[in-house]
Amino acid sequence: MKNKIIKVDCLARVEGEGGLSIKVVEGKIVELNFNIFEPPRFFEAFLRGRHFSEVPDITARICGICPVAYQMSSINAIERAFGIEVSEPIKLLRRLIYCGEWLESHALHVFLLHAPDFLGYEDALQMAKDHSSIVQMGLRLKKIGNEIMRIVGGREIHPINIRVGGFYKLPLKSELKELVEPLKWSVDACIRTVRFVSRFSFPEFERHYEFVALQNEGKYAIEEGRIVSNKGIDIDVSEYEDNFYEEQVSHSTALHSVVKGRGGYLTGPVARFNLNFDKLTQTSQEIAKEAGIEKGTNNPFKSIIVRAIEMLYVCEEALRIIENYEEPDKSVVNVQPRVGIGYGCTEAPRGILYHRYRFDNEGLVLDAKIVPPTSQNQKSIEEDLYEFISGRLNLSKEKLTWQCEQAIRNYDPCISCSTHFLRLNIVKEE
Amino acid sequence: MGSMKLKKIKDKVVGKKKSGVSKVKKSKGLKSSNRKPKLAVWKFSSCDGCQLSLLDCEDELLAIAENIQIANFPETSRAVVKGPYDISLVEGSISTPHDAERIHQVRRQSKLVVAIGACATSGGIQALRNFKDVKQFITSVYPNPDYIETLNKSTPIADHIFVDYELRGCPVNKYQLLEVISAFISGRKPNLPSYSVCIECKMKGITCGLVAFGPPCLGPVTQAGCDALCPTYHRGCFGCYGPKETPNTSSLSEYWKNVGMSEAELMRLFRNFNSNAEAFRKESEAYEK
Repeated sequence: MKNKIIKVDCLARVEGEGGLSIKVVEGKIVELNFNIFEPPRFFEAFLRGRHFSEVPDITARICGICPVAYQMSSINAIERAFGIEVSEPIKLLRRLIYCGEWLESHALHVFLLHAPDFLGYEDALQMAKDHSSIVQMGLRLKKIGNEIMRIVGGREIHPINIRVGGFYKLPLKSELKELVEPLKWSVDACIRTVRFVSRFSFPEFERHYEFVALQNEGKYAIEEGRIVSNKGIDIDVSEYEDNFYEEQVSHSTALHSVVKGRGGYLTGPVARFNLNFDKLTQTSQEIAKEAGIEKGTNNPFKSIIVRAIEMLYVCEEALRIIENYEEPDKSVVNVQPRVGIGYGCTEAPRGILYHRYRFDNEGLVLDAKIVPPTSQNQKSIEEDLYEFISGRLNLSKEKLTWQCEQAIRNYDPCISCSTHFLRLNIVKEE
Repeated sequence: MGSMKLKKIKDKVVGKKKSGVSKVKKSKGLKSSNRKPKLAVWKFSSCDGCQLSLLDCEDELLAIAENIQIANFPETSRAVVKGPYDISLVEGSISTPHDAERIHQVRRQSKLVVAIGACATSGGIQALRNFKDVKQFITSVYPNPDYIETLNKSTPIADHIFVDYELRGCPVNKYQLLEVISAFISGRKPNLPSYSVCIECKMKGITCGLVAFGPPCLGPVTQAGCDALCPTYHRGCFGCYGPKETPNTSSLSEYWKNVGMSEAELMRLFRNFNSNAEAFRKESEAYEK
């Protein structure tokens, strides 16, 4: 078994389309490509000439799994370009709908997409035959995340209520109160989830990553913050392009991001957890420690535990916001466009999502740049696979293929977003 | 879709079922045999939102799996049961040479093909390229354009193969999706409205924004399905479900012009997620300079 070709044509349980091809000759990996073959859609190009007010609705369509992330990053950028500051209650409502998206997206990934790998099922529906109560709990958590999005945003997929300057219509206090009991149940359910996933068996695998995440005084960064890393980056969002750049590779319609002068980096749940552990609620920190996971986690397979902890956090955070919510007087502030550039970055469920727009005096987009989390993680995914496979070439092709898929799913890669995703193509020449 | 195009499609259907959308005929349904109907979900150029709608049926998902064999759904399962399939749900538009081939493979293995969502039924947001030179788009997004393979136009599934049913929406309404699946399983026509968003507004008792507070609204020409979502949230409809049957787009535009909308604004209004649907495309092109 000196030569192998491992090939996964269409990677399952990820959002979007991608594959992996690995060529092993005489026990050494000679080629490893994580391919994104999602058709290119050219959002940055057709945003040109659009009015600022249309941008959040258009960018939402980049991803059906994390539309709020796209809406929020674009809104941050636009409001910054026009010098707009929204009121504290509006900021909190935005954080609330974002909590809903994290809960929905993480529950989907933890229960339906990732847990089956650890338990040896092809999918969650098969898993449900043996673990019915767990899958049902996951679906209910997902539903509650969706409920938050529906009440604040109008609908779960591509919400319609978020606008530059605020919201179209403010949710009533009474509507948000309906979420209190389900969210209290969710806090308990998330604690059970952390305990459940932390008992999985994790492959022994660690790498020393550069973790990149947003950071915010006093709270776990979601909708705003500075960009920081464990290797010294501490910058304002406007300095993103001075520190990171994208390169294009032939095997992917997604651009690869690197830190200038250093290379690949990791963004997403594990990066946030490591950089912002002390900003989690006390309960979340205690449950994490009980599950045997603390700041300094370098095993990407443990991202499933981190996602469960983040689910716990956002449920507690959503409860806090709802309990303190007072309907503001105005749903939206006055928006006056002006010539300028705006930068926006928020923590999508999969990691930092960067937007930059330049506007003319009528508020029409002159140019746009969007860097989604999966394209930022793509280099890290390839590097993980390279190291992970090197030590496991003696495994059967079938087993190795599955483990490679699992390693990729650690990132919950959202391929629709990053095409600008995956075909496992392990070529073992035998 | 305009009536002319529908007629053409009907002619095609009667003739050589090559492409287009069918009128649903009465059939025995798919439950006639004692095996579960086999469902496949295919993705083309899209955001994944419409297939996510199926996973968003949290209360119904396990029940669905009891009644239907989810045979090929890569977003949910790595297990693939070979075709042929009883129902294929197709998400996304055709925008690459590879996909233009792949869609024929889907048709060959499927008894029924249901196109779901704005991308599959009109070409989607990515059809905005149809109005521009796609080469310039590629060079503005990718430093090495040679690596990118794409078609000049993003087109709906029915432009390429015969489609049995089209479900509109950006995204689709999950309850409508469940209705379509259950209708086809039991061999009846899906019971979905073809009237405009205006009717939904009236049924909900919402004050007409068009006359009361005046944001541009596409409600009169847009197919129902969202339960008048945007008007409920005090904003104008922006056409997620595409043109209704026989929409009078030019009359609506005339109204907006009279209350001060510019032609550039009107053009952008019709150029969203269904910009390549015939009625919206023609209307926007009327304002192209």
